[in-house]
Amino acid sequence: MKTNNTHDWLNQHGDYLYRFALARLRDPHLAEDVVQETFLAAIKSPNFAEQSAPRTWLTGILKHKIIDVMRKNVREVVVSDLMSDEDANMDEFFDEKGHWADKPQKWDMPEDALEQKQFLGVLQTCMEKLPTKLAQLFLMRDVHETDNEEICKELNISATNAWVMLYRARMGLRKCLEINWLGA
Amino acid sequence: MLSCKQASQIISQSLDRPLAMRERFALNLHLFICKYCKRFSQHMQCLRVAIKQMTNSIENDNTIEMPLEAKKRIANLAEANRTQPKT
Repeated sequence: MKTNNTHDWLNQHGDYLYRFALARLRDPHLAEDVVQETFLAAIKSPNFAEQSAPRTWLTGILKHKIIDVMRKNVREVVVSDLMSDEDANMDEFFDEKGHWADKPQKWDMPEDALEQKQFLGVLQTCMEKLPTKLAQLFLMRDVHETDNEEICKELNISATNAWVMLYRARMGLRKCLEINWLGA
Repeated sequence: MLSCKQASQIISQSLDRPLAMRERFALNLHLFICKYCKRFSQHMQCLRVAIKQMTNSIENDNTIEMPLEAKKRIANLAEANRTQPKT
């Protein structure tokens, strides 16, 4: 009976869970992995048979698995290259006096559905250009709306560190959007 | 007086934490005279909204499906977990 459930659930919710994970992790293989872990955790759970709203329940498990992956990934970047050059990389954005190297332009925001779709396409490409781990931290904050305090606790980093990383991610994305959206 | 570099940092952080009174004051003063940082601030808001839209559009895109291989693998693993007695 349990297996039947798994098959049904896999058919009914597998694609949704996969997309949910993909939207947050931006990596098809990682997304498969977390969905797999979610199902394995689900069938081992004593609450398995009693779920009246399996999708919600499975999504709840999936969220935890996603955070686990992010935690692991982001921790690596913190240790590896964040501490050393807190300020160095910002040189591409500002001159020595702290003025904008490239002045932010006026953005004409997409108005119709087609333009909006194009804009999101550019954003997607820009996200892919960010270092994966930076992108994940950014998504954790801005999409998951994970509390900053919680991020720091989860990742075992200082608040200052988190702000620096998020700042970098936003600066990089903004610049990429400006070049590729306005330049298009 | 804040530099644009400092102002942009504070703008980013305002998305992550409440600003102190004097930070808010210094930032507002800067934004009053600097149209570039004002634009930057608008871009940050816009980015936040767009990122959510993008996530939603992936989440609701029915054309994206989990690869069949992965589904089979998960089904097999689930089966194996069922038949093997717990150790």
